[in-house]
Amino acid sequence: MASKDEINQLLLHEEHVAAGARFAPFAGYEMPMRYGSIVEEHHCVRKGVGFFDVSHMGQVFVRGEGALAALNRLVTNDLSRLTDGNALYTPMCNASGGILDDLIIYRLAADEWLVCVNAARRTQDVAWMSEQIGDAAAVDDESESWCQFAIQGPKARDVVHSVADDALAALPRFGVARLRVAGAEVIAARTGYTGEDGYELYVPSAVARAVFAGIMKAGQPEGIALIGLAARDTLRLEARYLLYGSDIGESTNPIEAGLAWTVKWDKGDFIGKRALEAIRESGPARRLRGFVLQERGMLRAGYPVFVDDTNVGSLTSASVAPSLDGQVIGLGYIRADLCDAEQAQIEVRGKRLSAEVTRKPFYIGSAAG
Amino acid sequence: MSKIPADLKYTKDHEWAKQVEPGLWEVGITDFAQDQLGDITFVELPDAGTSLDAGESFGTVESVKTFSDLYAPVAGEVEAINDDVIEDPAALNEEPYAKWLMRIRVADDSVFDALMDAAAYETHVASVE
Repeated sequence: MASKDEINQLLLHEEHVAAGARFAPFAGYEMPMRYGSIVEEHHCVRKGVGFFDVSHMGQVFVRGEGALAALNRLVTNDLSRLTDGNALYTPMCNASGGILDDLIIYRLAADEWLVCVNAARRTQDVAWMSEQIGDAAAVDDESESWCQFAIQGPKARDVVHSVADDALAALPRFGVARLRVAGAEVIAARTGYTGEDGYELYVPSAVARAVFAGIMKAGQPEGIALIGLAARDTLRLEARYLLYGSDIGESTNPIEAGLAWTVKWDKGDFIGKRALEAIRESGPARRLRGFVLQERGMLRAGYPVFVDDTNVGSLTSASVAPSLDGQVIGLGYIRADLCDAEQAQIEVRGKRLSAEVTRKPFYIGSAAG
Repeated sequence: MSKIPADLKYTKDHEWAKQVEPGLWEVGITDFAQDQLGDITFVELPDAGTSLDAGESFGTVESVKTFSDLYAPVAGEVEAINDDVIEDPAALNEEPYAKWLMRIRVADDSVFDALMDAAAYETHVASVE
């Protein structure tokens, strides 16, 4: 991990430079934010296929007979429901029910689990997991050895299938398998963060360049393009996926964040269960809501939200939504007693603009099947 | 390489100015500015009749990822704002020099002499790139 004065570069840094990337520091990495127009990159994913290099994210393997039980104690969702070759999404909470990170956990085998962690939380997650798991299983942070690529969009699967083992096409949503893509052994998963169908590939660093080149070549007829973090944000926000560090964090709990569906109350004990049960009993103090701006303007995280002149919270995320005709959308928490409001006002540099309050994704893409 | 028309004046905040007639000038943002901003999504401009001091903020240009304040290059009064840009902010990325933002009326055109010419602005861009 970089100290505050160092910054890491992605393995494929030169490829991003060659593609005209504009970089910005994120989680200790020099990350490609965009290569040209963010709006065009966004549309490329929604209409065709886009390639994301998200190798800054962390890949933590948990192995051993005790892995399932150990991991299941750390997360709210129930890992015992998974069979080999499946994955799920889950928050990982502290004892107060605050979210330490949100994860995708892949069951590769009964004794081998891959936990994909957010880049900015990698160090904390590994320390927490190691401390909590102790000798019960082996926790290995293998992030330095793996690249992570996401190929997303309605054409994404066809493109990757054209250079992959036949078995890939049979993967159901949230399925995962070890197989060959572009001649190299990878861990392929049918997961993503855009609302579109596609794959996330966990690629050993040694073959990352070859896999990148192979997929980009295969995708050329479909207009595949590199997609930066800025479009990744507009895509995930439209699909109403949450961003750790913005919409969720240690000071938020899964219930107020609308993630109660990930909490499996009938599984055994897990860290934070008692705290979450209490919150469920009494009701959370606030609830996450979506906002669609109804007047001309731009929304940004941090802008105060009002319901009938009462300040009820502030925005946690906001962006223009290219797939919604450029409407401006956001997420934010509203005080529980007023969270049923259908209209709110958002203060934009001193002016209050009206917004519709929503509870559903803003856009449904091909990931919904 | 960003485009820098030879016949315009420039500020260090990446705005350009062009005389329309004696006492009336157009102000906009440069190619370098639109490129730095990325997809422009919203432009906020003052009402016609607003009096501005030199260096005073007269609005903002917002893009998907960031925003930039606009600064009056000289003191004057806002004569008009460009509704085209309000309606279609993305056009600013396409034609930053055709899409002026505001027209400003000044008592004395020589106040614009203090702005950079194209060559000086080119050097300035090179130093911040």
